[in-house]
Amino acid sequence: MDVKITINGKLYEKDIEPRLLLTHFIRDAAGLTGTHVGCETSICGACTVLAGGLAVKSCTMFAVQANGAEILTIEGMAREGEMHPLQESFWEEHGLQCGFCTPGMIMTCHQLLTRNPSPDETQIRGALDGNLCRCTGYQNIVKAVQSAAGKMKHRRGAAAGD
Amino acid sequence: MIAQQFDYTVAASVAEAVALLQKHGDRARILAGGHSLIPMMKLRLAMPEMLIDIGRITELSYIKEESSYVQIGALTTHHAIESSVIVQRRCPALSEAAGLIGDIQVRNKGTIGGSIAHADPAADYPASILAFDAVVITIGPKGERQIPASQFFLDLMTTALEPNEIVRAINVPTRTGRSASAYVKMAQKASGFAICGASAVVELDASGALAHAAIGVTGVGNRAFRATETEKALHGRKPTAELLRAACEKAAGGVSALDDIHASAEYRLDLVRIFARRALEKAIERAGN
Repeated sequence: MDVKITINGKLYEKDIEPRLLLTHFIRDAAGLTGTHVGCETSICGACTVLAGGLAVKSCTMFAVQANGAEILTIEGMAREGEMHPLQESFWEEHGLQCGFCTPGMIMTCHQLLTRNPSPDETQIRGALDGNLCRCTGYQNIVKAVQSAAGKMKHRRGAAAGD
Repeated sequence: MIAQQFDYTVAASVAEAVALLQKHGDRARILAGGHSLIPMMKLRLAMPEMLIDIGRITELSYIKEESSYVQIGALTTHHAIESSVIVQRRCPALSEAAGLIGDIQVRNKGTIGGSIAHADPAADYPASILAFDAVVITIGPKGERQIPASQFFLDLMTTALEPNEIVRAINVPTRTGRSASAYVKMAQKASGFAICGASAVVELDASGALAHAAIGVTGVGNRAFRATETEKALHGRKPTAELLRAACEKAAGGVSALDDIHASAEYRLDLVRIFARRALEKAIERAGN
């Protein structure tokens, strides 16, 4: 089946089997391996991407369901060589060790901060319910999200001329 | 984990979905949010030869407020139900159930219609669907049917839905006066599925006695059930702590409980007693305020 899926602003037209998962389309058909495949059972969240602005587990979606949709992956977060505040904050706050869960963490946190620009710690931990990290114990991930929320607020303020 | 090969087609309207289902019969399954069906297909517990994708029928995604009920379209996501001001105000138990399903990503994709059609015994909604005496509106080649919740969930992953029917919407009747509802659960840690979930819908009369008390329980038996013995023991009486405790002793009735690595049957039955009481306490407190 022919599908047209836009990933990080670039259109990918491919002839695929309906059973191909979105996560494999992203990694194998589009060659974007920043999205990781962890448990493949909708639990770990490593494969999280944004589809039409919504955080989804790309292992639990067939690529054909995303036909015509816009997907954002970790590779699409940086702008003109400058990292997204979430990426910067994960780096600065040491919000990762092995890094396997990080792309999914960042995409879920992107959804969180879109819906709630100033989450408290409970809300951050609640939002990360579906993203497992086996290294950090989550402390520094929470700090990274708090730091990113602050930066994004500051930048929005600056952009609005405050 | 790769699903077995299948053909895929998109239905642009409800009528088209019904026609496609009629045409392809048992070969086909309906795909909504996919968060019950796709995991089953990846494990090859489900191997449909064709998927009819109704996920693009936007007219099935809505929450509509009427004077005596709230109607929720089948494709409304758990996130939309969780964050709906209408559902929060009129049927908080349902909004709480939606907010406790899986995680953000799952709630962004999973739908209420898909969840109830799948009828997982550990799904959250059925407890509230039963407690509210909701009505499931289905559509098939012969038109619409209105199936009362009490007749909808038949057994493990089995509903009253005919093979050529689709869930179109759910009507949730709501009470006026001093009424409220609440949903509480013990969740399986990794998946978030209910080991025991209880939903209570109550109404207090002017004297503070229970004019109505309904309790739905999920996660415990092959299908969700009503705690009818508890309801009878509460009817018309003032909800003192002793009464609630005593009435909830009978909450599991004679149900045969599931027994698995997450919880023994005995433990599940004990949880019914506790969670029925907690749901009632929360609902009564809300109704009193």
